[in-house]
Amino acid sequence: MSWRVRVDTGLCIGSGMCVGTAPDRFAFDADQHSRPVSEVTGEEEAVRDAAASCPVEAISLTDAETGAPVALD
Amino acid sequence: MVQTGGTRGPEVCPVASQPEAVKFPLPPSPVPYDTAPEMRALAGKCPVARVELPDGSAAWLITGFSEVREVLIDQRYSRALAYAPGRPRLGFDYLLAESLMGMDPPEHSRLRKLVAAAFTEKRMQALRPEVASIVDDLLDDMIAGPRPADLVRSFSLPLPSRVICSLLGVPPEDLDKFHGWSNTLFGDWSRTIEEMTEAYLGINGYMAELIARKRKEPADDLITVLIDARDSGDRLSEDELVRFCFGLLMAGHETTANQINMSFAALCHHPAELARLRADPSLIPAAVEELLRFVQIAGRGTIPPARITREEVCLGGVTIPAGEAVLPMMNIADRDPAAFPDPDRLDVLRAPKTHVAFGAGAHHCLGAQLARMELQEAFRGLLARLPGLRMAVPLSEIEFREGHVIASMRALPVTWDDT
Repeated sequence: MSWRVRVDTGLCIGSGMCVGTAPDRFAFDADQHSRPVSEVTGEEEAVRDAAASCPVEAISLTDAETGAPVALD
Repeated sequence: MVQTGGTRGPEVCPVASQPEAVKFPLPPSPVPYDTAPEMRALAGKCPVARVELPDGSAAWLITGFSEVREVLIDQRYSRALAYAPGRPRLGFDYLLAESLMGMDPPEHSRLRKLVAAAFTEKRMQALRPEVASIVDDLLDDMIAGPRPADLVRSFSLPLPSRVICSLLGVPPEDLDKFHGWSNTLFGDWSRTIEEMTEAYLGINGYMAELIARKRKEPADDLITVLIDARDSGDRLSEDELVRFCFGLLMAGHETTANQINMSFAALCHHPAELARLRADPSLIPAAVEELLRFVQIAGRGTIPPARITREEVCLGGVTIPAGEAVLPMMNIADRDPAAFPDPDRLDVLRAPKTHVAFGAGAHHCLGAQLARMELQEAFRGLLARLPGLRMAVPLSEIEFREGHVIASMRALPVTWDDT
């Protein structure tokens, strides 16, 4: 199974929480907003940690096939 | 490697021109909300500088904005390694050893996400009316009381204290005890090891008792959420639970209180900026960000929590070997001209998008969204309800707690016109 990762750049405040937590999966754009490195990833705890720790809940994780939200805790 | 948007090339960082390590801490700034001239000169010349600490150990002082972001975000800089056996204890690091601030991901993430949900932007917006009403209550009392009033005692300290007590579920009548313990642990060089140990044990004992009580009588508060994570999910140990509650209670007091104090002092010395805010309160959120960027809130002589290089790194054009201590200076980085044009000018219209007042990366301040909202509500209330609010003594007469990790004002006498 795999996850679809989205970052809402309208919400992102550039805290770097996700880049610091899952550096292989998130990176900054020129405006210091975070972007997923690839939209679909395997089930990785670090990605879940990053989504669960985002201070503005800008990261959404869904099941890549069904679109169902992935539990964050 | 993390891309942090730096604009500085390797040629600008002449470590060769810095034959001797600079002694750190540098002399304090004569203007408390401002950066010291010596620090400004060093940052302008060497955003990555070799320093010697009071215990004689060597470290790297990082003052460039993009370099500080890199140190805070990139996992090649470790907080946990600062506690490796044989490492010197720097500054107030020993107090953070067993807190979230002493861990790296993924261990850090396990605990961080237990509380992250309680401090999100959405939760903080839901809490805003309660904070606004605490602000109003405190201002009612100030208006009814004598002038001048002490802003620290009557407003800036009780506000974040009441808010964090309410969030955690700590009875507000126990607050005085906490301020005593907090000052013993985080302030005043006059304290002895015995006094500090007593304060530490006092807090831990109190927390253990409170947790036992909440276990019997669960409530709608964060301590109960954490107890549940411990008891039903086994997601943190009993020691972690106690330390966590203690850390959360302590972390949000002095920081927010003195950000209010220092921001107000800075505004009083920039009357045109203060007038703009009075004329248009919708500027307050942007002004709060600019003040977070602008005011220097670290205590005099404070050594920031060190990161240790896991491997050899190249930072701002400087090669730093593995195993070296790196000190990110957030307040100084927020005055970097490469990131903020005319950085030493306070401009409430600037609306800086990204600053590092709350740090960055995995340790980005857990309470950042809470602090922002508290600061916004604090200034909304102060400016709307206390006309002509001003300092009642010159800034040079304000005393700071010696040795405190935050530039902690003992008192801030203020007065205002009739309401």
